[in-house]
Amino acid sequence: MSVRSEPLLAAARPARRGAPIGLWLDRQSVFSWLMMAPPLLFLAALVGYPFCYGILLSLQDRPVAHPGTFVGLQNFITNFNDPIFWRVALNTFVYTAVATLLKMVGGLGLAVAMNQHFRMKNLVRALLLLPFIVPTVLSTVAWMWMLDPAFSVVNRLLIGLGLPRPGPSWLGNPILAMFSIIMINTWRGLPFYGITLLAGLQTVPPELYEAATIDGASGWQRFRYVTLPLLQPIILIVTLFSVIFTFADFQLVYVLTHGGPQNATQLFATYAFDIAMGAGQLGLGASVALAMFPALALLIFALTIYMRRG
Amino acid sequence: MVTGYGPVERLVRLWLPVGFFLVLALFPFYWMAITSLKPDVELYNRHIMPLVLHNPTLKHYIDLLTQTNFLTWTWNTMLVAVVSTAISLVFGVMLAYPLARMRFAGAGLIAMTVAAIYLVPQPLLFIPLADLINRLDLGNTLTAVILTYPTMLVPFSAWLLLGYFKTVPMELEEAARIDGASRLQTMRRIFLPLCTPGFISAGIFAFTLSQNEFLYAPVGVIAELIRGDVFYWGQLMAGALLGSIPVALIYSFFVEHYVAGLTSGSVKG
Repeated sequence: MSVRSEPLLAAARPARRGAPIGLWLDRQSVFSWLMMAPPLLFLAALVGYPFCYGILLSLQDRPVAHPGTFVGLQNFITNFNDPIFWRVALNTFVYTAVATLLKMVGGLGLAVAMNQHFRMKNLVRALLLLPFIVPTVLSTVAWMWMLDPAFSVVNRLLIGLGLPRPGPSWLGNPILAMFSIIMINTWRGLPFYGITLLAGLQTVPPELYEAATIDGASGWQRFRYVTLPLLQPIILIVTLFSVIFTFADFQLVYVLTHGGPQNATQLFATYAFDIAMGAGQLGLGASVALAMFPALALLIFALTIYMRRG
Repeated sequence: MVTGYGPVERLVRLWLPVGFFLVLALFPFYWMAITSLKPDVELYNRHIMPLVLHNPTLKHYIDLLTQTNFLTWTWNTMLVAVVSTAISLVFGVMLAYPLARMRFAGAGLIAMTVAAIYLVPQPLLFIPLADLINRLDLGNTLTAVILTYPTMLVPFSAWLLLGYFKTVPMELEEAARIDGASRLQTMRRIFLPLCTPGFISAGIFAFTLSQNEFLYAPVGVIAELIRGDVFYWGQLMAGALLGSIPVALIYSFFVEHYVAGLTSGSVKG
């Protein structure tokens, strides 16, 4: 060891003694800030600056390809008096609440079912994660075909089971369209939930279950009083995570229903996009997107605090 | 954990629920595959049993590859994904290493800011970002996509790597410091080579995430195959399947890393 370290020592010593700049660079704070400066500048330019610019845009009347004029809070007042805006708020709330609940319950079920010893468990786990891995746009196009008005395979299966022809119009009926986007979001997000909770379950010491069994706890009681309390921190983190990204979801709805029929599936993100890119009202669109901010900021703050502590 | 059950109970407790979730998860992929292999006559005939193939054909794949720009789109997507993954790994290391190893004022604040930025959903920034890109005359260019993708990937990689870096023992670095290596040398020569597994899982995660982005990417093939009200379903499903394969393949090789990244990201932070 001492023999091998000799040359390095010899090479480094003069630099350390001779150049004060080298010593300065070696200070923890100097080294850290120099190292972090490029990525922080990058983030400031591509996240911080657009965010501030978005606030500025939301205070302007700014048609596409024209200079904007400052209008104060006019865009927010317009939104407040726009019945579609409130419809969108309600849609987003329903979509987020129901999809998150389904993912939570289904994910728990999946985790508990998978938390047993069986052959090819790793293969099964890999297959189950596929919906979460595959790009959303591609799987959503597949769902679009599966729910096609004329050739829906879902309907053909349902008709085979005795439902009257021609079967439900999944994307044409407002309530069914909302149901469909919720189901597809759940299909995509459930594996993430399940596999994360499974990882949490595997850290529960088996002795706890043994002790509970000896004390006469039933299967349900073991789940309710041993599993759930121990999983609670993970459940909370995954749920916050899922709420944030479901709340601001865009891709699935944009591809599948485009917010239709009659805005029945319009969410904040898709509505903002439609106003800004479709109608060319950048200012108004930015204000719709910013309407998401208070709720998002609260959720993000809670999650960051919680993750730091955990 | 569950042992000593009879075969019937095992069926009810294990294979029924697991089978249910498997069918649910995989049916859309089965349907993609089977649709892409059916001739149009079979695809649009309501009197044939739809769940099986009667006359398989590769026509949709051939049409997709010869009559559309599928290969160009795939190439662009790959290029963007690889470049933005590389950028996000390099920047991620530059953020995570000081946060994991150095003591300096403001470290806690920076760590929280990085985590918070990762959690900012893209739609919040989309409109101002699109306007800025248009003003810079970068609209519809790959440069724009390569610039905007890593906004989410950089904080994410930094966050994942930070968790990994903290698990690496410090003794080797301390030894290098005593031997007179500078901080930069210690990081580059001693520390980073130890972190290959962390880079692999962060890299896979960043790659799949960047594949998943749609907002800034021109989803050209899909646009090409939906002409007005006419959907070329056979080719669409062939494209969707081929588009999913790279991600699915990469991830199946590294599924263990992926799951580790998934859980360390959401459990430990």
